[in-house]
Amino acid sequence: MKKVFAADIYKVFAKVSQKSKLYIPADDGVSQARFLPYMEGMTLTEKLNTGRSAKDLFFPQVENLLKFKVSGKQIEIVDQRDEVESFVIFGVRACDCRSFDILDNVFLYDEPADTFYKTRRANGLVITLACNAPEETCFCTAFGIDPADPAGDITAWKMADAFYFRGNTDKGNALLAELELVEADEEAAHQQQEAIRAIAEKLPFGKLDLTGFDKEHLMEKFKDPRWAELSESCLGCGTCTFVCPTCQCYDIREFNNGKEIQRFRCWDSCMYSDFTMMAHGTNRPTQKERFRQRFMHKLVYYPSNYGGVYGCVGCGRCLQKCPVHTNIVKVAKTLGGENK
Amino acid sequence: MMHDPLFPVLGVVTDIRTDTPDVKTFRVVGVDGKKPFIHIPGQCAMLSIPGVGEALFSITSSPTNEDYMEFSIKKCGCVTTWLHAMEPGQQITIRGPYGNGFPVDTDFAGKDLVFVAGGIGLAPLRSVINYVRHYRSRYGSVDIVYGARSKDDLVDYAEIIEEWSKEEGINVHLTIDNPQEGWDGHVGFVPNYVKELGFDTSKTVVMCGPPIMIKFTLAGLLELGFDKTQVYTTFELKMKCALGKCGRCNIGDKYVCKDGPVFRLDQMDQLPDEY
Amino acid sequence: MREMIKAKAIELLENGTVNRVLGWKAGEFFYDLTPGIFTSREEIEETFEYSVFSAANLSKYLIAESRKEGKIAVFLKPCDSYSFQQLLKEHRIWRDRVYVVGIACDGMCSMDVIRDKGITGVTAVEEDGENLKLTTLYGDKTIAKADALLERCVHCKSRKVVVFDEMIGENGEEIPDSHRFDMVEKLEAMTPEERFAFWRGELSRCIRCNACRNVCPACSCEKCVFDNDKSGIAQKAAASDFEENNFHIIRAFHVASRCTDCGECSRVCPQNIPLHLLNRKFIRDINELYGEYQAGSDMDTKPPLMNFTTDDCEPSVVYERGGKV
Repeated sequence: MKKVFAADIYKVFAKVSQKSKLYIPADDGVSQARFLPYMEGMTLTEKLNTGRSAKDLFFPQVENLLKFKVSGKQIEIVDQRDEVESFVIFGVRACDCRSFDILDNVFLYDEPADTFYKTRRANGLVITLACNAPEETCFCTAFGIDPADPAGDITAWKMADAFYFRGNTDKGNALLAELELVEADEEAAHQQQEAIRAIAEKLPFGKLDLTGFDKEHLMEKFKDPRWAELSESCLGCGTCTFVCPTCQCYDIREFNNGKEIQRFRCWDSCMYSDFTMMAHGTNRPTQKERFRQRFMHKLVYYPSNYGGVYGCVGCGRCLQKCPVHTNIVKVAKTLGGENK
Repeated sequence: MMHDPLFPVLGVVTDIRTDTPDVKTFRVVGVDGKKPFIHIPGQCAMLSIPGVGEALFSITSSPTNEDYMEFSIKKCGCVTTWLHAMEPGQQITIRGPYGNGFPVDTDFAGKDLVFVAGGIGLAPLRSVINYVRHYRSRYGSVDIVYGARSKDDLVDYAEIIEEWSKEEGINVHLTIDNPQEGWDGHVGFVPNYVKELGFDTSKTVVMCGPPIMIKFTLAGLLELGFDKTQVYTTFELKMKCALGKCGRCNIGDKYVCKDGPVFRLDQMDQLPDEY
Repeated sequence: MREMIKAKAIELLENGTVNRVLGWKAGEFFYDLTPGIFTSREEIEETFEYSVFSAANLSKYLIAESRKEGKIAVFLKPCDSYSFQQLLKEHRIWRDRVYVVGIACDGMCSMDVIRDKGITGVTAVEEDGENLKLTTLYGDKTIAKADALLERCVHCKSRKVVVFDEMIGENGEEIPDSHRFDMVEKLEAMTPEERFAFWRGELSRCIRCNACRNVCPACSCEKCVFDNDKSGIAQKAAASDFEENNFHIIRAFHVASRCTDCGECSRVCPQNIPLHLLNRKFIRDINELYGEYQAGSDMDTKPPLMNFTTDDCEPSVVYERGGKV
């Protein structure tokens, strides 16, 4: 384990950012934190987590795929991808770090791999940061995530006087070695971990009962009449989808600027009316079906396809951001556990 | 630079055949004049006109055709309208093949096959039918029940009459919805016709057509004593990636693009009826 | 207030005035209320909630709800009643199928505001006079209601419920000195470059979730132009951020003279973009150019931008004001 005195953390950031791009969670000036490229003078946010999740850095909201040049009956396909530079992302919370595993299943391990995502994953180094002050909307522990000991290439703990770092992967250890930090006792972070776990124990949804959300109950959950009531106030906006660290659905669209055609992909939301719209109509005609799809995907379809792992990490962003306060916890409590 | 599976290759439309008032069949080769890729009957490809859009189509031609691919396409939305308006020589983009395809070399081998199609639903089945014809000795009897709104709406009519009907061991049963001048064949809907024909329940059924046809044909087959494990169909839902990643063509926990588009009907019973 | 509202809801259901009630459903915490429909006494007793967190404007739900069988009761706060009346004016709500209970309001609080004051981990809230007593994972805290108010309530324009079948609590008055245009004035005082930079900064954070549009009572089109694939634009992120700016500006234009300044757009924005400022700019300009006008305040006055009079200002007014807009 390595140690950096709190006063020196920005020197470390400066050193890291000389070699590769470094993102840190910083305040964006509008009551919210986000991952921003580190520049001198920037400070770490006091907020627990960023408004948008860390997935943005591996799966951005918009990215160009290809360009086409059309002349008469001829088409030219132009691959216009830039080389992705290596980058370091500091301050990823345990929940967001787990979300990478969930995205990896879809984008990396399911053949064929998505090369855009794969390149970013290969070039990104993740430094996680234990959560000193979980919020009431946090429920990562329900998914077996330990906010006191997050994964990543390097794990960091912030204490009053210092940051402690532990390398978890070769890539992480190599970076720590380069930084020439002071050695610290392995036990250094233990006290902090205990304090965090004591708070995590008290999280209202920390032990959210997900009994019954599995492949076996797929049809039963799908047919549950309570989806109508759960979805009645849903505005059909994409807030929950876009702040979610595990939502991975995308659209492929084109933009014709008159000279060439840009084919790009962008995040899409199953909550949107055009998501499954075809020329002859849609198989999810009302908000009930769209709403159900989102939660069935996270709580039933995803675990059914990936060995029981849920497509949710309990980051709580949808709890904080939904304009009408309907969210995955309410769905789970209504349809799962004792109520199933 | 890595080649991403979302990147298409160029194709050229070398021939366009008008099948019905709203269906045309497009012959596609790569820019090198060869078939763009190898496929299994029932698999699909993403065709795109840059600036218009990209959409998934079943490959109508049989894999045994080594020279080109064919797509029978009904004019329906943006992309298909554009395709219908274009002329031979036009380049398009193509990527694939996608989906599981029909189990032509496994489950279908040695079986008596009944193909049931309605309207443009013949498109994916034509690939299987011509594959079966090519490897005729590997399969038992073949029955083809095909119906459309009118005689003019029967896709591939010439091929059906000139080739399929004349081949030994293949029984073609055509039907149209309403009587029509110059038509002395069967008149009536496909589901009823299937029941009238009353096939032996040991046969394997391969179906494709509008949902309403599938629904009633299936009911009729079950009445005749068929088991759902003997019936196969193929689906179509909105797709963007065709790789099981963009997240929209799922029926329950199955993606039509990856786990389908071909499903056996007993498998469909395990899935929500959201299609 | 809470008890009176719940009792009224039960009364209206049981005496047959209505067959359902639109209100707010209790969430997991005190503050996460969800708009909901109630059809029985038991439901109301168990889950109906009204508190300083009943901020959601229920008016827009009535477009769909008033088309259903029977009659529905709704509880409208003053600002919600402006939206309701504006929708009535646009013939979007069937008035005879809605029973409106107006409720007096002295401002709604926001958990975002409370979190921004550094109070986190709030698991329960209790209203205690002018204060909110908060139970948190990190000990008990107190915050004055006034410090937890939504921006729109800090600059409340009216405490008057403008349309109702009956009132709970005493109806209030309009508040002429709301200072709601203060920030607009600041923006007007900027140079065009500064103002452009301000809006680029704000709108560049847009994630195209469409929460602002979907919650907006003035955005009541059956099909939004931004949902029309054939228009070449869609309700999601585009190849260039130009469209994000465009989306909000077009939306502001489309709701101009119909926007009642209910503030829902800014309340729901997950990226904290002060969208209401765009609308307020229009309101202020309309007031200046066409005379004072408040959308939704009555049923009769024609919205200035949907009306023609020979006194209307000419487009050249922009030049006359030296390009200052």
